[in-house]
Amino acid sequence: MKTIVTILAVTALASVPLWLRDPYLLNALITTGIFVIGAMSLNLLLGFTGQLSLGHIAFFGIGAYVSALTSLGFDIGLPGGFRLVHAPWPPIIGFVLAILIAGLCGYFVGLLSFRVRGAYFVIVTISFAEVVRLVALNWVELTQGPLALTNIPSIALLLPGFGELTLRTKFHNYYLVLVVALIAYLLIARLVHSHFGRSMRGLMENETLAVSVGIDVTRTLTIAAVISAAIAGAAGSLYAHYIRIIDPEVFAFINTVTMVIMVISGGKGSLAGPVVGGLIFGLLPVALRPVMAPEAQWIAYGGVLIAILFVLPRGIVPSLAQRLTRRRSGTTTLAPVGLTETGAKEPA
Amino acid sequence: MTARSIAMTIDQVAVRFGGLVAISDMSFEVGEGEIVSLIGPNGAGKTTAFNVMTGFLTPSAGRVSYRNTALAGLKPHEIADLGLIRTFQRTSVFPNDTVYDNLMIGLHRQGRVRLLDAILGLPGARASERRLRQRAGELLEWVGLERRAHDAAGSLSYGEQRLVGVALALAAEPSMLLLDEPVSGMNASETHRFVELIRSIRDRGITILLVEHDMPMVMTVSDRIVVLNYGRIIAEGTPEVIRNNPAVIEAYLGHGAGRA
Repeated sequence: MKTIVTILAVTALASVPLWLRDPYLLNALITTGIFVIGAMSLNLLLGFTGQLSLGHIAFFGIGAYVSALTSLGFDIGLPGGFRLVHAPWPPIIGFVLAILIAGLCGYFVGLLSFRVRGAYFVIVTISFAEVVRLVALNWVELTQGPLALTNIPSIALLLPGFGELTLRTKFHNYYLVLVVALIAYLLIARLVHSHFGRSMRGLMENETLAVSVGIDVTRTLTIAAVISAAIAGAAGSLYAHYIRIIDPEVFAFINTVTMVIMVISGGKGSLAGPVVGGLIFGLLPVALRPVMAPEAQWIAYGGVLIAILFVLPRGIVPSLAQRLTRRRSGTTTLAPVGLTETGAKEPA
Repeated sequence: MTARSIAMTIDQVAVRFGGLVAISDMSFEVGEGEIVSLIGPNGAGKTTAFNVMTGFLTPSAGRVSYRNTALAGLKPHEIADLGLIRTFQRTSVFPNDTVYDNLMIGLHRQGRVRLLDAILGLPGARASERRLRQRAGELLEWVGLERRAHDAAGSLSYGEQRLVGVALALAAEPSMLLLDEPVSGMNASETHRFVELIRSIRDRGITILLVEHDMPMVMTVSDRIVVLNYGRIIAEGTPEVIRNNPAVIEAYLGHGAGRA
């Protein structure tokens, strides 16, 4: 049943560029897809470890800048009169470096903040994103500051037998984003269902008990942060090479909030949640634009979010899945929403 | 007691919370394969002693060692890696997961495979998963929860949750098990079965330290009993000795009580 739904969904998504001729809508789908990847990475932390990263866009933006700078090259002065010159490299190397460096940043943020979790993690991640934004804004020699990095080349793939394929069109980029999104989805799915995923679940549900059976909190959470940040970095790289211009506004808080909305509305802790939530809230502005004034759009946007959470408090996917199983078995054996809050905490 | 090797040594341990003395100068030993009970009235410091032994609390003074390894400075998960595993008084389960999944989480120490292997689904990782699933099934059978395998652990009765807690601890492959009030919330027949379970655990070579209020149960199952009152050890010995110790009778029943 689940496999059939997955195959149908993937087939449907893969067929879109074949019949959708409107470039504006295709563009909206591509940027939405990029944000869905970001939301999936956020869900790995928020949904499966319970840690809210409110600076998640930092990893996305770092990925975007690393990838852009790798493929554009730079020439910057260092203290002591030295200069660091980097000649442009193929964008695909930028994509790989974006993943590695964003992951490395995830490692340091995780290592710093997971010793003191909860609110501290939220604050550390917000601050981190803000610091990175300020660096991007003020290190003009490297990033051009508010003037933005422009003319970022498109990603080119070296296909055996075909030669080099530059992914310049929306058609190409749509499939690039779809493939990366599928890989990210599978990666997270595998991770969540492995012994590592069980450690994360255990920590989220009852940390004291998890520790007592030998689960290392700091290590588990740090690894989750690294993978989450790396995936966000990949999304950022796709963004840079698709939009082909980035400025420090990519680090804006609103972008993190958008990802959080996607995760919460779709259902945190569910694999398909961020995809469903992401598609709704990524495409909603596009759907509202022709029928409403800009101010009214945001009110409607908020209204939809409230309505979803009011009717389906655990998010779309988990709530619907629960209703489906309940109808099929005719019972209400599933745990009520509040069980985590009431059943878990024991300060040893 | 006969000469056997020492599993755990508690040496002059004291715990103070500000001005409150929770434990003062506590020393005792637990032998390999022994069932020792730590008893005492509420607030005597029993759970505090457990928290010290498993690294959840740092003692103000004294030292605890397990199989000749000093536990000072070790984190709880590192102590678990030594084979010293505890259960909890109140929240002994992962409430939103099924009983079966609880055990799969508990099997963490045996399921460590390289992350990349797990992500790529390599044969080694798959074989490890198969082994874990089989082990989870065995554990369910051992504690007698097969029929509850696919119910959410949080939906079970208190007595059953205690059993899940014990099974979780067993999943971590302990060489010594610390049970914190395991039979609270159990009825008489459940308690009886639990005593059988404790014996079967010991018969597999696992040392047991028990904190419990249920006196008949403690008297039946223990090889040796340590009695705490106001953070001090007031008596130590076999159930027979403890039963007739005047200091113990006084601590539990007050002055003038003749029989216990």
